[in-house]
Amino acid sequence: MIGDQSPILIIIIPLMSSFLVPLVAWLRRELSFVLTIAALGATFVCSLDILATVLRGDNIHYSLGGWPPPWGIEIVIDHLNAYMLPFVSGIALLVGIYSRRSLLKEIPDRFVHFYCLYLLLTTGLLGMLVTGDMFNLFVFLEISSITAYALIAIGEDGAPLAAFNYVILGTIGASLYLLGVGYLYIMTGTLNMADLRGLLPELYGSPVIRIAFAFITVGLGIKIALFPLHTWLPDAYTYAPSAVSAFIAPLMTKVAAYALIRTMFTVFEPRFSFELLPVGTILSVVAGIAIIVGSVMAIAQRDLKRMLAYSSVSQIGYIFLGIALGNRLAIIGAYLHILNHALMKGCLFMVSGSLMFRHGMRDIFRLRGVHRTMPWTMAAFVIAALSMIGIPPTAGFFSKWYLLLGTIEANQWGLTVVILASSLLNAVYFFRVIEKAYLEPSHVGENEHLAGGIRNEAPISMLLPTWIMAAAILVIGLSSGKIVSSVLDAAVPKVIQ
Amino acid sequence: MEYLVNNYNYWIYILMMMIGFYAMIGKKNLVKKLIGMNIFQTAIILYFVSIAVKSGATVPILINHAFNTAVDPSKYANPLPHVLMLTAIVVMVSTTGVALAIVKMIYNRYKTLEENEILEAGK
Repeated sequence: MIGDQSPILIIIIPLMSSFLVPLVAWLRRELSFVLTIAALGATFVCSLDILATVLRGDNIHYSLGGWPPPWGIEIVIDHLNAYMLPFVSGIALLVGIYSRRSLLKEIPDRFVHFYCLYLLLTTGLLGMLVTGDMFNLFVFLEISSITAYALIAIGEDGAPLAAFNYVILGTIGASLYLLGVGYLYIMTGTLNMADLRGLLPELYGSPVIRIAFAFITVGLGIKIALFPLHTWLPDAYTYAPSAVSAFIAPLMTKVAAYALIRTMFTVFEPRFSFELLPVGTILSVVAGIAIIVGSVMAIAQRDLKRMLAYSSVSQIGYIFLGIALGNRLAIIGAYLHILNHALMKGCLFMVSGSLMFRHGMRDIFRLRGVHRTMPWTMAAFVIAALSMIGIPPTAGFFSKWYLLLGTIEANQWGLTVVILASSLLNAVYFFRVIEKAYLEPSHVGENEHLAGGIRNEAPISMLLPTWIMAAAILVIGLSSGKIVSSVLDAAVPKVIQ
Repeated sequence: MEYLVNNYNYWIYILMMMIGFYAMIGKKNLVKKLIGMNIFQTAIILYFVSIAVKSGATVPILINHAFNTAVDPSKYANPLPHVLMLTAIVVMVSTTGVALAIVKMIYNRYKTLEENEILEAGK
C-alpha cells in the first residue's frame, strides 16, 4: 500500500528527484522544472494523506528498515508535525512554480543547479519534521542548511559575504546542537526522542542534562534567528535570489522553530523547560525585545526585502513569545502563527520578487504608482500586509488574538502591550509601502518603468502562486477556529491542557 | 590534579572548541574563520570519540558468532559514537566545501579575503 509508506515517501521522492534533476536536464533543460514540480506535487499529496491519517486519530510510527526503535531510526508523526507537513510541502510546490520565470530573468545560467538544490532543501526540511531521532534531526538540519548556504550565495552582489556569515553562524549553531545531543547520549545512551522522554525525568537534576538543554536551545536559536542571534538573517534574505528568499524566509526558520518546540515539549517535559529552568522567563524577555527591535529596524529600511527580513525577526519573536508563556492559548497562538507567518511572508516575498522581475527594483521610495502597472500583485501585497498588521478577517488577526489572550491569562500585561505596540509598528511600515504604491502619483520621467501607468502585470506563473497564498491567508483566517479545534488542540502538550 | 590529567581528552576538546570559536569571531580573514570553524567541529568529534573509549575493551565485532549467548557490552568499545561521527564528518566536509566555494566567489569579486576591506569595497 502506498498510503502506509507516505511517511518515508515524502523524504524519498524529493531526495531521489534532486539527483535525477541534473540527469534529465541533460536531455532538455526545461525537464528539470517539470520533474521538480511533479516531485513536489507528489510530496504534497503524501503529506495530505499523512494529515488525514493523523486526523483519524492514529499517530504514525514508522520504523526505517524494519528496525524497531530505539535501535533503528523512527519516524513519528503526531498532530503537530502532521499540521506542519502540508504547508511546508505546499509552499515548496507554489514557490517551485513561481520560481521558473524569476530564475530565467535573474540567474538563467543557474537554472538546473537551483532545482537540484531546491529539492534537497525541501528534503531537509521535511526530514526534520518527520524524524523521531535526535541525531537524524541534526543530519536533516545540516542538509537543509548547507543547501540554503549555496542557494543564498548565487544571489546578487552582497550575497557571497552574507552566505559566508550564515555558514559560520549556522555551523556554530549546528555544532552546539550536536554537542547537546552528545551530552544527552552520554547520560542516557539513546538518541530516540520517545526513549529520551522516558529516561530523562530521573536525570532532570543533573547539570549535564541542563547544559545539554542549553546547548540545544542556543544552537537551534541561531538557526531560528531568535534575537539576538539573528544577525545573519537580514543580509541573507536581502541578497538571495527572489525565488530563494520566497522559499527560505517562510520555511527555514519555522522548521527550526519546530525542532526547538519538539525538544522543549517532547524530548523534555514542559515541567523541565518551565519550572526547573527559567526558560520561559528568558524566552519571553528575548521574544519581547525581538518583536520591538525587529519592527523598529524594519521601519528604518528603504529596501523592501530588507524590511521584510527585519519583520521576520519580529515575527519569530511572536512565535517564541507564545511558546515562552506556556499556557494553552498562547501555545495555540504560536502554532497558528507558524502557519500564518509562513503564508504571509511567502506571499510578501513573492510580491517583492515580482517587482524585481518587472521593474528591476525594490526601493520602497521608488514604488510610486506601481498599483497601476501591477494591480493584482499589489492587491496580494495588501492582503498579506493587512494580515501582518493583524486586521480581521485575515489569518494574522487570529494568531495574534490567541497570543493576546495567552498573555492576559499569564498575567503578563507588559507583553500584552508589546504585542499591541508592535501591531502599530507593523502598520507603520506596511502602510508606508501601501501609501507609496497606491496614493502617490507617479512622476513622469523620474521612473521610466512606472511612467504612464501602462499595465505590466507579472506573468501568470508568478501571479497565480502569489494569489493562492493570498487566498490561503483569507481562507485560513476564516477557518482558524476549525484548525484549532481539530488539529492544534491535540498538538498542545497534554500537561498544559 | 589527577582529575585534570585523567580527563585530559575532555579538557583538550574544550580548549580546541574555544580556539575555533575565537578564530571564527576574532579573525578578520575569511579563510582563518573557516579554519576556526573546522577546529570547532573537530573538537566535537574528539568529544564523541572520547565517550566511546573503554579501557581494556576490544573492537565491537562478534568473533565466535555467539548469537545465543548474551553479549557483555563492557568488553567492547561503543561503536555508536563512531558511526555518528562518520556522518558528522560527511556533514563537515560538505560544509567546508560549500564555504570554500563561497570564499572563492568572494575573492573573485573583491580580490581580497580581509573582511574589513570587503566591507569597504561593498560601500
